[in-house]
Amino acid sequence: MKFTFVSRPSVAVGLATMVLLFVCTHCPAQFTPSTGPGSTNLIPQAQLIQPEELVHLLQATGTGKPLLLQVGSHLLFDEAHITGSVYAGAGSQPTGLQQLQSTVASFSKKKFIVLYCGCCPWDRCPNLGPAFKQMRDMGFSNVKVLYLANNLGADWVAKGYPVERSH
Amino acid sequence: MNAVTSQEIARKAAPGPEAGHARSFALRRFALTLLLVAACLAAGGPRSAHAATSLVHKRAPEFVRTDLGHKRLDLNAYRGKVVLLNFWATWCAPCQVEMPSFVAWQKKYGPQGLQVIGISLDDDPALVRSLVGKLKLNYPVAMGDVKLGDLYGGVLGLPVTYLIDRHGMIQAEFQGETDLNKIKTQLQFLLPSR
Repeated sequence: MKFTFVSRPSVAVGLATMVLLFVCTHCPAQFTPSTGPGSTNLIPQAQLIQPEELVHLLQATGTGKPLLLQVGSHLLFDEAHITGSVYAGAGSQPTGLQQLQSTVASFSKKKFIVLYCGCCPWDRCPNLGPAFKQMRDMGFSNVKVLYLANNLGADWVAKGYPVERSH
Repeated sequence: MNAVTSQEIARKAAPGPEAGHARSFALRRFALTLLLVAACLAAGGPRSAHAATSLVHKRAPEFVRTDLGHKRLDLNAYRGKVVLLNFWATWCAPCQVEMPSFVAWQKKYGPQGLQVIGISLDDDPALVRSLVGKLKLNYPVAMGDVKLGDLYGGVLGLPVTYLIDRHGMIQAEFQGETDLNKIKTQLQFLLPSR
């Protein structure tokens, strides 16, 4: 195929645009994790709540707002956490599960509670599965788990959803 | 006044050879710019989830901490080296997938000027010391804190890795579980430059 002098730059522009578009659309913001030994596999799909849904609940007036419990890293909680949420201990640690137990001990078993972590990609989170099991074992019947695909920064903070800091 | 035919108008409006060259040059320059932008995007690794706070192509925020071996860990002291700065934690499974590679790279590329630095975002240093020994980390590790997380734009999910060039500029940022080959490619690109 022969290109004329004039058409060559046009082809180059086209190719460059295609490369740019490919890079923009195909470089993933996050590597999609494979299903590993993540404890989140223990959580039924029906018990998940999506970020948009939770935001809607938090913005609503009146009753129906859940008790929000962060069950991951304390340091990450101090950096940023969902407004109004309470640190309840890392679900992957025995001491964390004890803290969770004492945090919810005084609440009705029908209390609407949302657990979240956001330390790592969903499938890799070590905290949510044990924390959810603990709540279920204690008899709490209205517990949801916030689905954060990548982490709190990517799936909550970056979207402009309400956050606050400990310091 | 002479009448001007449409053919004459068209001939006058048509660009001469110089205009053609100029147009061609401008298009080529535009194409090159697009390609450079594409290359920069590709070289930057996975984009930050909170792109507004991305530190790529900015000076790496300086910090001084005491590492787990009770030695002073000053990022500024590594100017002149390529630094792989890795935020991790013992509870972060993807982090522990990456760390053996960092150990291997420190050993292989250390003589060429690589320095890996680990910052743990654990709450309990004892757990960190235990894992550092188990993984036989051959690079300094210090405990992170909120202030350090803030310096780096808010580390709100792990792992996070930065590649800092010999001049102290962040050249790549990798958030979340990343293909290690992407980090290695960037690293090999940065190491020869002085």
